[in-house]
Amino acid sequence: MSSPLIFSTKRSSFWPVVVLCLGLALVPVVAVLTKQGHWVSLTTQMMILALAALSLDLILGIGGLLSFGHAAFIGLGAYTTGILIQEGKGDLLIALPMSLVVSGLFAFVTGIVALRTRGVVFIMITLAFGQMAYFAAQALYAYGGDDGLTLDGRSTVFGLKLLSNKIVFYYLTFACLAGCLLLLQRLSRARFGRVLLGARDNAVRMETLGYDVFRVRLMAYVLSGMIAGLAGFLLANHTEFVSPAYAAWQRSGDLIFMVIIGGVGSLWGAVGGALTYLLLEEGLSGLTEHWKVIFGPLIILFVLLTHGGIEGVVARLRDVMAGGRHD
Amino acid sequence: MSLLAIQVLNGLQLGLLMFLVAAGLTLVFGVMDFINLAHGVQYMMGAYLAATFIGWTGHFVIGLGMALIGIMIFGLLLERVMFRHLYARSHLDQVLATFGLILFLNQGVKMVWGAAPLGVPVPEWFQGSVLLGDGILYPVYRFVIIGSGLLMALVLWLVVEKTRLGMLVRAGASNATMLSALGVDVRKLFMVIFAFGTMLAGFAGAMAAPILSVEPGMGDQVLILAFVVIVIGGIGSIRGAFAGALLVGLIDTLARSYSVDFMRLFVGPAAARGIANGLSSMFIYLLMALVLFLRPDGLFPARGRT
Repeated sequence: MSSPLIFSTKRSSFWPVVVLCLGLALVPVVAVLTKQGHWVSLTTQMMILALAALSLDLILGIGGLLSFGHAAFIGLGAYTTGILIQEGKGDLLIALPMSLVVSGLFAFVTGIVALRTRGVVFIMITLAFGQMAYFAAQALYAYGGDDGLTLDGRSTVFGLKLLSNKIVFYYLTFACLAGCLLLLQRLSRARFGRVLLGARDNAVRMETLGYDVFRVRLMAYVLSGMIAGLAGFLLANHTEFVSPAYAAWQRSGDLIFMVIIGGVGSLWGAVGGALTYLLLEEGLSGLTEHWKVIFGPLIILFVLLTHGGIEGVVARLRDVMAGGRHD
Repeated sequence: MSLLAIQVLNGLQLGLLMFLVAAGLTLVFGVMDFINLAHGVQYMMGAYLAATFIGWTGHFVIGLGMALIGIMIFGLLLERVMFRHLYARSHLDQVLATFGLILFLNQGVKMVWGAAPLGVPVPEWFQGSVLLGDGILYPVYRFVIIGSGLLMALVLWLVVEKTRLGMLVRAGASNATMLSALGVDVRKLFMVIFAFGTMLAGFAGAMAAPILSVEPGMGDQVLILAFVVIVIGGIGSIRGAFAGALLVGLIDTLARSYSVDFMRLFVGPAAARGIANGLSSMFIYLLMALVLFLRPDGLFPARGRT
């Protein structure tokens, strides 16, 4: 897989993140001032998707491992939260750690099996594990089974109903996204990220240098699963509903699309990808109920015409402008 | 005991249908190194075309023949317009592009044929049941599916093992670059394999149409099961696909039937069916995890692949 060297310059990834965070921090203020309340909810949803895409980008972009079952972790986080809320133990202090533990454990166990394989088998096995989680959710007959489960409300914080407030929930989501973005950015520059990146390009060489590639990949996989579980926790609270569809493989495909369109491995690009996806969905579903008939070919055209997301297109245009040839 | 016999036959029938889908998938991947997620929607298209043509002509065999020709043309068209440009791309690009095709076709059939499932009547000749002793009746049409599945497997085996074309296919699965260097027109070979794989998937869909409901998204589940089959059997290996498909078909059917009975010991019938459906689907994936853990290359790895 040939992709541009990522994280090579500090400049390119620092300022966009600052601008993005400032912009997102101001959304509720602008929304309240202009009385566009639904922006808050829409942007919350976008940030949750971005968080999920970000977690996928860690293993797909930096690790070079194409996981096609990533939605499973979202589903696990969401179901853990949903079930705890229904059982009256939905406080943030219980539900959040439990969501992280459950999704992390699932990532650990499936990672041990999946990471033994490479290439196409990895794609298929993660897809299969994702389906396993999907069917497990379907089998939860006491919690809605196939139809999903409408929750009694959102998680409380120390018994207080803080999260019912849209703005508070917005900033909680924002804090999670910004925190994970910074964490992953730091990690990707640290030795951990370098080894992961090195293993993507040449695993044998990293092994020879004395790194335990399997262990580093497993750590990345678990971390990625936990961040997606966090997104699941937020999603269950945001929609006050959980359904097997959260873990469906189409959702995993959507996440891959978000990561690709934002530019693989560029972390903040995952946020742009999630935004693009939601805008496309909103825009196209406004045109026709069969919006996927347009969306599908758009994905195909995107893949056929570009390499490596919006950034690739920009780089290509720049080359054309400069009179050079791409490739 | 009689229940077991029926379930084994059902498992055999599911396994053979799975084999038809998995054989095309594993060939396309083995020879072209191409991950075709859209293989499942080709199965779906086969079922839809069969439903349409059988409805038009009112005759099962003629309708089936027309559907096979239709699906082959459809496959060649796709190869020409889209897939050909993806062979040299990364797996990531292939996955994403064929994912887009799935979205398009699933929604497309909903637009053309509607979201409601279509029914295809069981052909007149094959209506009725066979008495298997002990008063067990088994539908004739299901025997037809088993028979035609076995026949297709035999034809496939003969073609791959005994003909020149099959030799090229096996050579391609081992090393396509070398084959090309030896002067074989690999592009043409790719096209033939692709059309053949599409036809097999379409045939499976068409044969399944009278016993399953023909609906949008029916190929997705089959695709994922076919992936499991070829991972268990070993990628690129027809023998592996055959063994894997029968294994998956039998285990899925038996687990489904017995876990309903098992769960009924604890909960009501409706709940038992819901839980058992989920549980038995999980069995297959556990089986795959186990096989991969013990033999990462599958049960019958294709010879010469590295």
